[in-house]
Amino acid sequence: MTVQQPNSFRTGPDERGHFGIYGGRFVAETLMPLILDLEKAYLQAKTDPKFQKEMDGHLATYVGRPSPLYFADRLTQHCGGAKIYFKREELNHTGAHKVNNVLGQIMLALRMGKTRIIAETGAGMHGVATATLCAKFGLPCIVYMGAVDVERQKPNVLRMKILGAEVRPVESGARTLKDAMNEALRDWVTNVSDTFYCIGTVAGPHPYPAMVRDFQSIIGRETREQMQVAEGRLPDSLIACIGGGSNAMGLFHPFLDERAIEIYGVEAAGHGLKSGKHAASIAGGKPGVLHGNRTYLLMDDDGQIEEAHSISAGLDYPGIGPEHAWLKDMGRVKFLSATDDEAVAAFQLCSKLEGIIPALEAAHALARVPEIAARKPKDHLMVVNLSGRGDKDLASVEAFVGSKGR
Amino acid sequence: MSTRIEKRFAVLKKEGRAALVTFTMAGDPDYETSLAIAKALPSAGADIIELGMPFTDPMADGPAIQAAGLRALKSGQRMTKTLAMVREFRKTDDETPIVLMGYYNPIYIYGNDRFLSDAKAAGVDGLIIVDLPPEEDEELCLPALKAGLNFIRLATPTTDDKRLPTVLTNTSGFVYYVSITGITGAAAPDTGKVMTAVARIKRHTKLPVAVGFGVKTAEHARAIAEGADGVVVGSALIDTLRQSLDKNGKPGPGAVNAVTKLVSVLAQGVRSARRVAAE
Repeated sequence: MTVQQPNSFRTGPDERGHFGIYGGRFVAETLMPLILDLEKAYLQAKTDPKFQKEMDGHLATYVGRPSPLYFADRLTQHCGGAKIYFKREELNHTGAHKVNNVLGQIMLALRMGKTRIIAETGAGMHGVATATLCAKFGLPCIVYMGAVDVERQKPNVLRMKILGAEVRPVESGARTLKDAMNEALRDWVTNVSDTFYCIGTVAGPHPYPAMVRDFQSIIGRETREQMQVAEGRLPDSLIACIGGGSNAMGLFHPFLDERAIEIYGVEAAGHGLKSGKHAASIAGGKPGVLHGNRTYLLMDDDGQIEEAHSISAGLDYPGIGPEHAWLKDMGRVKFLSATDDEAVAAFQLCSKLEGIIPALEAAHALARVPEIAARKPKDHLMVVNLSGRGDKDLASVEAFVGSKGR
Repeated sequence: MSTRIEKRFAVLKKEGRAALVTFTMAGDPDYETSLAIAKALPSAGADIIELGMPFTDPMADGPAIQAAGLRALKSGQRMTKTLAMVREFRKTDDETPIVLMGYYNPIYIYGNDRFLSDAKAAGVDGLIIVDLPPEEDEELCLPALKAGLNFIRLATPTTDDKRLPTVLTNTSGFVYYVSITGITGAAAPDTGKVMTAVARIKRHTKLPVAVGFGVKTAEHARAIAEGADGVVVGSALIDTLRQSLDKNGKPGPGAVNAVTKLVSVLAQGVRSARRVAAE
C-alpha cells in the first residue's frame, strides 16, 4: 500500500480536531460548549509566556525534570546490537510520565476558574498524578477507576486516598479503563459548570489529544537535547508502549519529521493476538467512534465495543489515540505488540540487568527491544521510553508468575 | 414533502395539545417483547415512538438505559434486527412517527449510506444521535436530511443563545430539549426553569420543542406539556419494564401491559395540560 505522505507529520490536527479521518468531537451537546471553551483557553495558555514559565518552574522543582537519559549498559550487552538508552520517566514525581500532562491540565483548570477535578484511571498512575496535583493546588479530586483495576492496583488506590482524592469504583461493563472513562464523562455531563475533566491520555474529543500530546512532548524534546549531549547526534530509533498512547506520543512527536528515525509503538497482545483476549486496537481493531474521537477500536461487526485484555491495567483499553491511528495509516510509526508472558519476562529481565523495576506498561516496550536491537549495528542509538515504575505491579507479577508455576 | 413527524405535530397543534414521546430500547428484554411494546404504544397514547439502538458504551445515559441496552445486546439485538423491528411495526401502523435514538458507532460500522437507505425503507422518520454535535454534521446529519429523514438535535441547558443557532441550523422534525445537565433518568427538572428554556428556544426556531430527561409522573408530564410541544419519557418506562422481568431477565406475562398502563397514565397527564400561549 502506498500512502501519500504529508510534508510534515507535526502540523495536526486541523482546526476541527482531525488527524486525517481520525479525531474529531463526538460528544453530547451538553459538553460541546465546554470543550469549545477548553480549546480557547488552551490556545491562549499555550502562547502565554507566563503560563509556560510557571509550568517550567513546577516541572523543574516539583516533578523533578529533566528526567535522565540513561545508557542501559548491561541490557545493551545482553541484546548484542544497538546502544540502548532509557528515557527515565519513571523517576518523575509520582512515578510515571502521567504527571507531565496532569500538571498542564490542572494549571489550565485553575486558569479557567474550575473548582472540581475528575479523572479516569486504569493502572492508577494517572489517578495518582491527578490526586497529587489536586493536593498541591488545593482542589477536590474524584477519580473513576474500574472495580477490576481497583482490585489489581491496590497500592495506587491507597496512594490516591492518602492524597485526599475520592476513588469511585466503576461497576459497569468490563469494570476497567473504558468503563471508568464512560463514568467520568457521565459525571462531567452532570457537573458541567464547575468541573474540569483531566483526561489521562492522547484520546477523547478535540482538543484533548493535541493538548495532552503537547504537555507530554517534553519527553521527546528533552531526549533530543540529551542525546545530543551524550552522543553528539539524534537517536536512530524510538520505542514505547501504547495503550491510549500518551507516553509514546510524548516521545515520538518531536522526532516525527526526522524520517530516518525508526519509530515503534508496542501494543498489549494480552493472551495473544489470535486469542481474542488482547488490547491491541491497531493490530486487531478497525476505525470507529468512541469517547469523543474516531480511532482504531476493538469491536464486533455490529459496532459494539469489545472488552480489552491485558495484564497491564494501563494498557487495558479497546482504543488508541487518534494521532497514532493516523500515523499508523501514514506508515510513519510501526506498531508491534507484546503478550502478557513477554511483558512479564521483560519486566524480570530489566529488573535483574539494570536494577530498574519497570511498570508492566513499559515492560511491553522492553519486550520488543532485544529482537530489534540485535538486528542493529553497535552504533545504532535506540531510546526506550521507561514510562513508569513497577512498584504498583509487584503483586500482579507475583500472581502471574505463580499461576504459571515458574 | 413533510415527514410523519411534521404531520403529527401539525395535527396535535390543531388539537391544541402536546405530544407524548416514548423511549423504549429495541430488543429489551428481547426482540419479540420490545416489538409487542412498540405496537401497543400508539393505542396507549404515545404520539411519537423513539426506539433506542443499543450500544455497549452509552456515555450520556444513566443506569436504567445502560442496563436496557445491555439486556438487548445480550438477547442478540443488532442493528439489522432494530431495522427489521421498524419494518414489522410499519406493517400495521403507517402513521405513528418512529425516531431511532442512539450512538454513532453502530451506524458508522453498519455503513452510513446503507444505514440511511435501509432506515428510510424500513419506515424510520428521524434520528437522534447523541454523540454527533453540529460540529460533525457532515458525518451523518447532512446525508440524513438529503435522504429525507429528520435529524433531531438535542439542546441542553449549556446551549446558550450564542450557540443555539449553530445547534438549530440543520435540525429538523423537532428540537429535543434535555432539561437537565446530566444523564438520562436523573433528578426531575425544575418546571419553571424548563419553561423559561423552552421559551428561549422558541425565540430561535419555529420547530416544535419536546422536553425530556427526568420526566417520570403524569403530574410532571402535565406540567411540562403546558409549555412544551412534546414530553419525552424514557427511563420511567424502562424501569417499569425491568420490574416486570423475572430473575433470569425473562418478561412475565404482564410486561407489555405494565408499560402501556404507565403510558396511558402519562398520556392523560399530557392531555390534561392547559396550554399556555399557543403561539
